[in-house]
Amino acid sequence: MGDAATATGLGRNFADVVALDNVSLVVPEGKLFGLIGADGAGKSTLLRILVTLIRADRGTARVLGYDVAAEFGAIRRLVGYMPQKFSLYGDLSVRENLLFFAEVFGVAGADRRTRMEQLLHFSRLAEFQHRRAAKLSGGMKQKLALSCCLIHTPRLLLLDEPTTGVDPVSRLEFWQILDDLKKQGITVIVSTPYMDEAVKCDHLLLLHRGAARRQGTPADLLAAYPLDLYKVTSPDGAVGMPPAGTPLPPGVSLMYQAAGELRLAGVVTIPAGTLLGHIRRSLPGAAAIERTKPTIEDLLFYELSDREAP
Amino acid sequence: MSPAFTIQSAGLTKRFGSFIAVDAVSFSVEAGEVFGFLGANGAGKTTAIRMFCGLLEPTSGSGQVAGFDIMKESGRIRTRIGYMSQKFSLYPDLTVRDNLFLFGSIYGIKGELLRSRTDEMVAFLEMSNLLPRVTGTLPWGWQQRLSLACANLHHPPILFLDEPTGSVDPVSRQTFWNFILALSRQGTTIFITTHHMDEAEYCRRISIMVSGRIAAIDTPAQLKKKYAAATLQDAFIRIVQPAAEGTAP
Repeated sequence: MGDAATATGLGRNFADVVALDNVSLVVPEGKLFGLIGADGAGKSTLLRILVTLIRADRGTARVLGYDVAAEFGAIRRLVGYMPQKFSLYGDLSVRENLLFFAEVFGVAGADRRTRMEQLLHFSRLAEFQHRRAAKLSGGMKQKLALSCCLIHTPRLLLLDEPTTGVDPVSRLEFWQILDDLKKQGITVIVSTPYMDEAVKCDHLLLLHRGAARRQGTPADLLAAYPLDLYKVTSPDGAVGMPPAGTPLPPGVSLMYQAAGELRLAGVVTIPAGTLLGHIRRSLPGAAAIERTKPTIEDLLFYELSDREAP
Repeated sequence: MSPAFTIQSAGLTKRFGSFIAVDAVSFSVEAGEVFGFLGANGAGKTTAIRMFCGLLEPTSGSGQVAGFDIMKESGRIRTRIGYMSQKFSLYPDLTVRDNLFLFGSIYGIKGELLRSRTDEMVAFLEMSNLLPRVTGTLPWGWQQRLSLACANLHHPPILFLDEPTGSVDPVSRQTFWNFILALSRQGTTIFITTHHMDEAEYCRRISIMVSGRIAAIDTPAQLKKKYAAATLQDAFIRIVQPAAEGTAP
């Protein structure tokens, strides 16, 4: 299998802001490829360049074998793109929205009938096909938007934060659908602010200030995490944070909360018990400390720790 | 007089035609509590919040916010609450300072007080140097920080935050929560909705709404125990999924 998308040295400025800076990537065909990073890291800009909506100022990219600058017509017929704010027609029914996008992409006749039935079934929207899009729940709207992007049977799907504002159960269902698409051989490039979704990807690209900081499988990225990591917990719930201005314990360079735990990262040479003693001076509720393995979220805290105010 | 319960409802119900969006919801939020108001998309959370904020009249049932009746005294309630949502629109073409002045004057704060509140709020949210910046040019996480500042200028005892951290990256979300918890320590009651279950861990108590009803309400630790779940996300899925199957949203 080849590569669904490749890029070398991509760069893009907006006025004097460098939105994307020397980004190179390889997206293998048939894989789920995740984009993660802070707000404004360049994820949407990268996706827009790959779907040929904007041009790169620097570098080159090929999508499904075609050059994004010279052969955008070919690319547009072969990719599906779901921007952050996908426009469904609220006054049209689920079925009518699909018909509309079929028309736009020139899908007609028996092809259209078959494809629509497939998509309604696969998105579990068949029983709601006559409901107006405006009356769908948030999760169902996103599934309909996804179905509209699939009407012309694209080989590569690019999704910009498709599950933002979607509840955990609907998110789970959405990602099961992405997994089904992968099984059909479709390549998916997806950006997400949810780290539990990031770990479901085959490959990840972590962008920071427009630059590619890390690229690889989730396991590769976690194996390269350079710090010692400890978690401090309390049986009563969230541990809390030491008050602002409290000095960090010896060796600790990062301290933050994650899902109610306090996480300490750094190059730590003192015993864990001593570390806990330091924390307990300002947080008496801190009960236990334990060395722990990093998650993608810990990696993000590490990579973004040099972030400045805008 | 400060009531022990600052948000209360009894049998609160809202129908839209034959559809029951909020179905006989009864619960209480203690003054100073961080209360997580969770649920699936379309479960009725926003409808309930709009009734508490006096923006929508209930079909039946009753409710009090800050000691005032949501049916008869919504005007008084509005001066005692702050409200922000993911969709809440700051004016993107205005500077940070002008947005703060605009929202302050909407809440009836003027002159020297408005200037000192603005200074206080931007210092607290660590964004003093951003005052002259055009709002729309800031990263989304910072725009949400500004929304929080605008909602809090009049020092409301209760803040309603409707999905304030949707589409915000994990690091910025954590910063945002540090501010929320600091406001809570100063005595502000926080009533917050979120789809990020890691955030729900910081709430003293959470409720989980399914199809217009409150399906569960307890501390995060108790909910995980009751549903034998390692994480709140698992507990949420266990509570919401059986109900979601078989019923059209």
